[in-house]
Amino acid sequence: MTPLPQRPRREPVLVANGQGFWGDSILGPIRLVREGPLHYLTLDYLAEVTLSIMQKLRGRDPQKGYATDFVALIDRIAPELVAQGIRVVANAGGVNPQACMEAVLAVLAKHGAKGVKVAIVEGDDIYPDLDTLLASGEGLGNMDTGRPLMDVRARVTSANVYLGAFPIAQALDQGAQIVITGRGTDPGLVLGPLIHEFGWGPQDWDLLAAGTIAGHIVECGAQCTGGNYTDWRRIPDMAMIGYPIIEAHADGSFAITKHTGTGGRIDRSTVVHQLCYEMGDPARYLTPDVIADFTSVKIEDDGPDRVRVSGAKGAPATPTYKVSCSFEDGWKATGQLTISGPDALAKAKLCAQIVWQRLAYDGFEYGPNERIEEYLGANVCHAGIAVPGANDPAEVVLRMGVKGPDRRKVDRFGSELVPLVTSGPPGVTGFAGGRPKATQIIGFWPALLDKSKVSTKVTVVES
Amino acid sequence: MTRVKLERIAAARSGDKGEGSNVGLMARSPAAFAFLERALTEDVVRRHFAGINAGAVKRYVAPNMQVLNFLLLDSLGGGGSASLKTDAQGKTHGLALLRLELDVPDDVLAATPAPAP
Repeated sequence: MTPLPQRPRREPVLVANGQGFWGDSILGPIRLVREGPLHYLTLDYLAEVTLSIMQKLRGRDPQKGYATDFVALIDRIAPELVAQGIRVVANAGGVNPQACMEAVLAVLAKHGAKGVKVAIVEGDDIYPDLDTLLASGEGLGNMDTGRPLMDVRARVTSANVYLGAFPIAQALDQGAQIVITGRGTDPGLVLGPLIHEFGWGPQDWDLLAAGTIAGHIVECGAQCTGGNYTDWRRIPDMAMIGYPIIEAHADGSFAITKHTGTGGRIDRSTVVHQLCYEMGDPARYLTPDVIADFTSVKIEDDGPDRVRVSGAKGAPATPTYKVSCSFEDGWKATGQLTISGPDALAKAKLCAQIVWQRLAYDGFEYGPNERIEEYLGANVCHAGIAVPGANDPAEVVLRMGVKGPDRRKVDRFGSELVPLVTSGPPGVTGFAGGRPKATQIIGFWPALLDKSKVSTKVTVVES
Repeated sequence: MTRVKLERIAAARSGDKGEGSNVGLMARSPAAFAFLERALTEDVVRRHFAGINAGAVKRYVAPNMQVLNFLLLDSLGGGGSASLKTDAQGKTHGLALLRLELDVPDDVLAATPAPAP
């Protein structure tokens, strides 16, 4: 391993997040590397539901199971990354970081980019060790229900721990320009570069909390720059919304900003909106690196589109990693039809009743927790809360669904929706996408695992 | 006292947290925060969401952000890919909370700028 060239510490360090989840717009990161200065580009491709999707893909093809969007993005921005020396940290590896790295190296080769170091962080995937862990006394009990994992062991299809930021910092220490991880915490994508740049240690709790809070603010991309914001009329140029940039300092203080000329808005309110997102207990935001106290920080407007955050406090991390297992949990199918007025809602309710009655005639009945009927347009999202106009919509989308352990029974439901067009009330249309088919439900099993049972590995390869 | 929608004195954002949703509520002024900390109990929020949430409601307070954070513990129809609901991630629960109507003291309203039209 060649030693890193000595370089002066730069301050502030600019870390941007260009991707809030798998499926976010590719324009976010493309514009970030084009429209202003940047040191690090982080990309978050994993929502809670994403790994179960990747697991299904890898099941069909052993070369899949990572975020292919990431490879397409590198193809688009490789020249800028190389020219400006921007470093990339992405959890695009999903359940197959090795295949993701190979795909990225192939793209770099296509661009003639030589000598770019690409790293993968492994160790989050404990699926191969599951039986050894269970035999050694780790129950991996469900954090919500207390049930031991053995109850569903035969149906488990993946098991990953949420790794922290230090393996990412290690990969950067070794000179990697592109770091690909599997399952890790979202804020760790930002904290890793800050640990690397500022030399923060594993017991610098306040600093680790600061980097974690910075990471949490930007982890959903444009959700802190005016996206999904209550007072949406206040947000200018949402089409060209800027993605967030952290200007980080070694003392743990930082500013949230965006490139000049981009759309959206950053102020105390847009930042606090995002701090609340999926927050849980604000005084105890748990990551494998630290327990961050969101109630400790001072959040101040600091000029146009600029918010300063300081004073973060942290407490020692817990001795455990959070584990996310996925397991086969039955089948489901959903489908929808559009019913026009007059009397759209009354006719839609009749349609639903007809479907359930015809299925029952044929011997297929579904319990109250195994079926759903929704009248979209007549206040589904805010059910039970008075909403004007909800009782007489001009038209309604009837959305129905069933689930359960029996695939055949779930599939049978799908064939009773479309007959309504000719054998139901008038004005039934909008049937598209074919007959609804049963798809597998992947359940989540959150658990805890002692950190000593997990070892991480960093591998660096040069293009 | 004037009867207003919660949106007049607070903003909100929500998303999923396991089989429940996390609804963050941000007061629009220190006066609004002080009022809401008293008025918006777990019980008030649980009753408001009775048509959506089958479980308990847990409240946390973050005074530095003027935030009340509510966890609706069973509001997603099973959550994750097991849910049959359209809003399986509780993305709209924040706006649902802002529809709550409550009687707000006039001095609190006077001290709280209304959202931009």
